[in-house]
Amino acid sequence: MSAPVEDFLPDYRAQSPAVADRFRRLKERPVVLDVEHLGRQFAGNDGGIVTALRDVSFRVHRREFICVIGPSGCGKSTLIRLVAGLEQPTSGRILLDGHEVHGPGPDRGMVFQGYTLFPWLTVKRNVMFGLTMKGMSLSQADSEARQWIDLVGLSRFQDSYPAQLSGGMKQRTAIARALAAQPRILLMDEPFGALDAQTRCQMQMHLMEIWRNVDVTILFITHDLDEAVLLADRILVLKAHPGEVQELIEVSVPRPRHADQFTAPEFLATRRRIDELIHPRTESAVEKLPIVRLTQVGDDVE
Amino acid sequence: MSRARWVAIGREPSPRLRAVLTTCSFLLPLALWALVSYVPWIWHPLMRIDSPGDVAWFKPGLLVERPAFAEENAKAVAAGGHAATGRPANPVFLPAPHEVGRAFWTAFTTPPILRGEPWLHQSLALSIKTIFWGFVISSLVGVPLGIVCGAYGPVSRLFEPVIDFVRYMPAPAFGALAVAVLGIYDAPKIAIIVLGTFFQQVLVIANTVRRHDPALVEAAQTLGARPGQLLLRVIVPSCLVDIYNDQRILLGWAWTYLIVAEVVGVSSGITFFINQQAKYRNFDNVYAAIIIIGVIGLTTDQALAFLGRQIFVWKDPRPTGIRNFFQRLFAGRDVLLFPDNDQPPTGS
Ligand SMILES: Nc1ncnc2c1ncn2[C@@H]1O[C@H](COP(=O)(O)OP(=O)(O)OP(=O)(O)O)[C@@H](O)[C@H]1O
Ligand SMILES: [Mg+2]
Repeated sequence: MSAPVEDFLPDYRAQSPAVADRFRRLKERPVVLDVEHLGRQFAGNDGGIVTALRDVSFRVHRREFICVIGPSGCGKSTLIRLVAGLEQPTSGRILLDGHEVHGPGPDRGMVFQGYTLFPWLTVKRNVMFGLTMKGMSLSQADSEARQWIDLVGLSRFQDSYPAQLSGGMKQRTAIARALAAQPRILLMDEPFGALDAQTRCQMQMHLMEIWRNVDVTILFITHDLDEAVLLADRILVLKAHPGEVQELIEVSVPRPRHADQFTAPEFLATRRRIDELIHPRTESAVEKLPIVRLTQVGDDVE
Repeated sequence: MSRARWVAIGREPSPRLRAVLTTCSFLLPLALWALVSYVPWIWHPLMRIDSPGDVAWFKPGLLVERPAFAEENAKAVAAGGHAATGRPANPVFLPAPHEVGRAFWTAFTTPPILRGEPWLHQSLALSIKTIFWGFVISSLVGVPLGIVCGAYGPVSRLFEPVIDFVRYMPAPAFGALAVAVLGIYDAPKIAIIVLGTFFQQVLVIANTVRRHDPALVEAAQTLGARPGQLLLRVIVPSCLVDIYNDQRILLGWAWTYLIVAEVVGVSSGITFFINQQAKYRNFDNVYAAIIIIGVIGLTTDQALAFLGRQIFVWKDPRPTGIRNFFQRLFAGRDVLLFPDNDQPPTGS
């Protein structure tokens, strides 16, 4: 981004009164997720230790939409898996509604990038899975599942099998399945990463619509700056090696959000700030790769 | 047809080409057999005597080697007698296709030579019964044990080393032991098939189950599945198709143990029939019996494959009559393993 444009952008921290008021009310809500000095180390290949996360602390309030962003390998997936209870922290702890997390549970629903739908179950059966795990009767689970399927707009496909669905439809099923178990917090690890740009945009709007209408807190991982700024109340920016919190940014873009805001000054300012954090100026110059010329002289494409 | 289409990696040929190739894969060996049997100058190392002429020891129908035939004829002619006549023939152990074809019919309709000996269909029924019980008994223990070994590391560490050790001992080696313990009739034969199948079965199925997708297990955990529920609600259904196909292959292996199993104790079943017919030198019947085993094996396997495609609807969810039947059969129950549709499928 060239210098003159930057000068016109407001400070990314500047909040309009409405936005400031929203954040004040948001922080008055009870804390759902409390991550305290979380650390996770792995045994490296060479016998050494890889520190995936170090001293990560943050709090998520009820019905907040929080995004986690950071360069590849900074430990985003590790963080969300720790919160889900699929991994154990090496230090620190995670509190959900004040209770320490020890293993996976239905209070933390998860949507994976790879869909992970059960291929042997129909869409409806997939959505019913969490409900029947709770011991709910089939007929009750059935009618409840229908509501969630309606919510994600898949009523016509409720008797289809996952193999018959498109990527976006699969991810909507996965969202309905996670929401049906009524989690306190919905964890999403790059859920739209595998979708094409247009479907992703639709899914983002859809997710915001769901979030507005359902009592759920969302922890959303992405590496897409626009996606993070579009969706989040606050953005947790991580840095790599080791994964540490760089900044917790309050997004000053007013709600309700829509795609037109991509060029709004607050949007651009926030986006630029994250860009600077993730791709620091000093390293951003593309390394000169040692590529040998393999084409004939004069056969130039640029 | 371009050459590239024949050597394209991982590409299925068109249905028509596939049908042609399948037919060829049966017709080519048959054609080779017919060639050797019906074209007199291909192989045919013997002569079948038509009229013995003046050779004293020749009789009509006798098979003699060609050099001996020529030598005796030369002697007879030199002595001023008539030469014997004959036709080129193959040895008795290679009957012509039509003879074997006829045997398919006559083997079933010819009464046994000794009274009290079983007819062919009785022998076959006995063999199928032996295989069936051997495989069922083995599967009743082997499949659950394999699944548990595949799902739980400690169980696998406890069972698999010794199973791995025992499976190298050839099942027939236990024949004498089986007879001593179980008598001479059907029980030791079933035992041999169980021994031959069981150990492989546990290892094969454990391996299949070990390859389950851990992401599905994690997804189920975040949906509230407890450890006890994971096995039956996630791991088993996610491997079910592979386990089913493993079972088909294992059933094929069980057939290979049949022949050794049936000579243990009192020889019985199709093996008894084959040995008996070989003793009487009815090689057409021998071939017919061997081919019948192949036909039974192949048809069971194809039938099971077909059944599998109907049961595991999610692999190919196009509705058919039989699929709807299965869906309705499982509908309304708490579905442990099978997907259900509470209403008839809409055919979306
Ligand atoms: N099971 C594991 N064993 C060893 N190292 C691991 C393991 N899981 C993650 N790591 C290491 O931890 C670091 C963070 O990994 P993680 O997958 O959390 O990154 P990420 O931010 O999700 O990356 P991406 O954006 O590419 O998905 C990486 O350096 C990775 O090598
Ligand atoms: Mg990741």
